[in-house]
Amino acid sequence: MKTKLMLAAGLAALVLAPMVGAEPSYEEVQMIIHRDFKAKGQAKMDRLDQDVVQQVCTRAHDKPPADVAKAIEADQLAAIPVPSGSLMGDWKKGAKTAWSGKGMQWNEDPKKGAGGGCYNCHEISAQRTSFGTIGPSLKAFGKKRGHGADAQRYVYTKIYNAKAYNLCSNMPRFGTTGTLTEQQIKDLVAYLLDPNSPNNK
Amino acid sequence: MAGPMKARARMQGNYADVRVLMSHPMETGQRKGRDGKPIPKHFIQNLAVKLNGKTVIEGECSQAVSRNPVFSFRIGGAKPGDKIEISWLDNKGETNKTETAVA
Amino acid sequence: MRASGKRTLLLAAFAFAAAPAAAQTSQFEQYQKMVGEDSPAELFVLVGADLWRKKQGPKNASLERCDLGKGPGVVKGAYAALPRYFADANQVMDAESRILYCMETLQGRSRKEALKRPFGNADKPSEMEYLDAFVASQSDGFKMTPGMSHPQEKRAYELGKALFFARTGLYDFSCASCHGEPGKRIRMSDLPVLSEPGPARAAMSTWPAYRVSNSQMKTMQWRVNNCYRQMRTPQPVWGSEVVNSMIMYLTVNAKGAVYAGPGTKR
Repeated sequence: MKTKLMLAAGLAALVLAPMVGAEPSYEEVQMIIHRDFKAKGQAKMDRLDQDVVQQVCTRAHDKPPADVAKAIEADQLAAIPVPSGSLMGDWKKGAKTAWSGKGMQWNEDPKKGAGGGCYNCHEISAQRTSFGTIGPSLKAFGKKRGHGADAQRYVYTKIYNAKAYNLCSNMPRFGTTGTLTEQQIKDLVAYLLDPNSPNNK
Repeated sequence: MAGPMKARARMQGNYADVRVLMSHPMETGQRKGRDGKPIPKHFIQNLAVKLNGKTVIEGECSQAVSRNPVFSFRIGGAKPGDKIEISWLDNKGETNKTETAVA
Repeated sequence: MRASGKRTLLLAAFAFAAAPAAAQTSQFEQYQKMVGEDSPAELFVLVGADLWRKKQGPKNASLERCDLGKGPGVVKGAYAALPRYFADANQVMDAESRILYCMETLQGRSRKEALKRPFGNADKPSEMEYLDAFVASQSDGFKMTPGMSHPQEKRAYELGKALFFARTGLYDFSCASCHGEPGKRIRMSDLPVLSEPGPARAAMSTWPAYRVSNSQMKTMQWRVNNCYRQMRTPQPVWGSEVVNSMIMYLTVNAKGAVYAGPGTKR
């Protein structure tokens, strides 16, 4: 998925024009990032390689032209492997995954898996009073959207790759990045949509 | 060796407001270390405050107090220039004290 | 507590225990009001002052002659005038980088040895945490005036700004993903918009800070490092151009604030 940057070009630019203007070029910034970070634990250096989404959003300060955004969003959506059949997993397991903000950090054991950290940014169940507000409230989401095949597919793909719907969304791509497994995402679909989930009570 | 302590005493109307900071791990005995073994209890048990050499407060303290605690006392009848000494003794027998004058 | 004599007394122990997240903000505000200037941060300042004067390293020297930008031996007001460009090192340095530079030059210590453990923990804080707290305390009440005139200072600001908005790491975050819009929270923690002067002043005038929730003194190098950890990137190198430029950008955004650290935070 990740498109490698032309780092060589960045290096050449720096050698040819050191310290000309105060504002570093995009290439220079990327070169400096690659120079000043070191791999640690499970956080390897390839995490710094910007793919097309990061590149476009960085260059456009998160406001890319609509046609560019649309085209990349379509590519991102097309690349999501949507499992056949029902996408509703176990809402009880989904509740745990939504609550846990652990995983993928350099100080964590990759064998222990990851959570979605959903509550870091979203209000979900009314019973959980500790939630962030970076993302919209998802309270009673299933009540509003139903739990049919279309709703399931939307939630599954949105969690898998939020950039398929909003290119410069603040939300990570939990499936694309390998943070959450197919089953974990299905469990989150159930947590949001299942009529038995506390979120919809 | 015990870390530093710092005390400050200021007149507030007719009493001296005394604040004291002390370095102490205040281990509850309920935490586990990296090796999975419980970290032994280590907390301040006794506090004593002297005003011009005379004990005015003696107290017991439990492990329910956070690490590096901040204590506050009000001592009635104190005057500017009075000498205040604060000392503690923990469950391992370690001790420390500090002095300040009422400002 | 038992009182002897006829004197009246009140005693309060300001403990900060684990509590439901919803209650944390108000509980912390209450704590902050009670301890006032008497924060455990003071204890770190005291130890730091001793370490500053302690002779060590191959040259058996103290850090007392360290030039933090106001001349050798001047600590008063120095923290509030950092980061800035230092001609002797030919680079922009924040307070911690400059302290490290003095450990190397005055004490003759190797960078590797002096940087073996930049981030401590509650049981064993690091030498740098103590020293940074001490140096910072000597700027209490000074206006924050980071270097903004030398070309390298301007460049550090611009690089920091570009980094602030650059998407990176496994989760595609930039600093602005969390610190870009007013009134947002992550869980129960308020997120200051650090690209704006108001929130940047409030934040930058109180680092380094004693964190009551884990009884640790945390520095700006740590703060930037830990944000990147949560952004799921590899680890930024301590004192690197990336980290120092980020600190420069944030400090310039906060310029003019009256420095009031080391602070006390949740």
